[in-house]
Amino acid sequence: MKRQFPLIIIFSCGLFMVVQYFVPHEKSEFFYEFIALDWPPIIGVFALMLGVISLTRVSITRIRRKTEAWRYSIVTLIGLFVMSAFGVIGHHYPPLSTAFDWSFNNIMIPISATMFSLLAFFIASAAYRAFRARSVLASILLVAAIIVMMRFFPLGPLTSVVGKTSDWILNVPNLAAKRAILIGVGLGIVSTAMKVVLGIERSYLGKD
Amino acid sequence: MDFATAIATTVAAVLTLCIFSFLYKDNPFYKFTEHLVVGVSAGYWVSILYVNVAIPNIWQKLLAGKWWYLIPAFLGVLMWTRIVKRWAWISRYPLAFYLGIATGVAIPLEMQTKVLEQIFGTVQSFVALHNSQTDFWAGINTVVVVIGIITSLVYFFFSKEHKGATGGIAKVGIWTLMIGFGASFGYTVMARISLLIERVQFLIDDWLLKLFS
Repeated sequence: MKRQFPLIIIFSCGLFMVVQYFVPHEKSEFFYEFIALDWPPIIGVFALMLGVISLTRVSITRIRRKTEAWRYSIVTLIGLFVMSAFGVIGHHYPPLSTAFDWSFNNIMIPISATMFSLLAFFIASAAYRAFRARSVLASILLVAAIIVMMRFFPLGPLTSVVGKTSDWILNVPNLAAKRAILIGVGLGIVSTAMKVVLGIERSYLGKD
Repeated sequence: MDFATAIATTVAAVLTLCIFSFLYKDNPFYKFTEHLVVGVSAGYWVSILYVNVAIPNIWQKLLAGKWWYLIPAFLGVLMWTRIVKRWAWISRYPLAFYLGIATGVAIPLEMQTKVLEQIFGTVQSFVALHNSQTDFWAGINTVVVVIGIITSLVYFFFSKEHKGATGGIAKVGIWTLMIGFGASFGYTVMARISLLIERVQFLIDDWLLKLFS
């Protein structure tokens, strides 16, 4: 009951959706839209709420036990509940939706964009370490990277040559590498999905 | 700049500076902003899913008399049993349903888009035509792409030891992959630099200059 029934559910649902894909009938398409497109997001909403409950519990525990840096958990909780309130209540009471937009534009976007921009420094440090490796492979990687980066620079008479070389790298060897990776990823996803459907992969069930 | 805009821009600028302060070292200003964005992001997604999924897919469907939408809602509620250790096993049912649907959809779809379509795109005539005339370099590029893909796939094939001819082919494959990674690396660096320039422009042009002009 605890382990066998979920395996039966996953096998039945998986097999049904695979068979459905090969049946070109309107009923089959109806089931696809109904079960695969409508239902999972609904379950996802409740799963997100589980995440919110978990975040709240962890934060409250840290505050109650006064663990290291517990004061920041208060900031997390305020951000979570104020933003949720602005969004949820703002949907029914429009004046509050302005506060939601304000928080999104002046808190969330600047912080997220700055965090991503910080990566420029860490990437530069990673490039320096790769340079120090002095291997053929690291050199190939960095030469390709530098040519691709230089296509955005004004280089006088060299601009056209660098631009064409960069385009060639992006459209030919880069395409070959990306396609090979994509084929590998595709085969990996299919084999893992088959392991899950057939009950070979059961780690998602947990221990007991 | 009016007062409301000045306040909004100042809040955004101060938060930006708090994040940049991490370049010196980890500090309370960075930690404050980091924890704030975790909470605000979670709250943002709660709002987005409430407005875009919960209202149209549950509430409005139920109001329209489509009671069967209670089934996924009930499965979703079962996910919450994870909170109580004794009942946590019940959450396996909705999880199994979700995974079953997702994997069942993924098997043919991923095979079609990530494997077959990529192979169709690769297996092309080496004689490329451009304006009804043979394009020699386009043909050469097609050959390079085919060789690059085959050698890269050989590199990923670990069932045979990379020695002799296989090792040589795999070596060409890793060179191709390194060029690909280099191109991605270059693109990522440029994207991050663009973001950095945009943030600095915001601090100088939109905040400092407008606030004190």
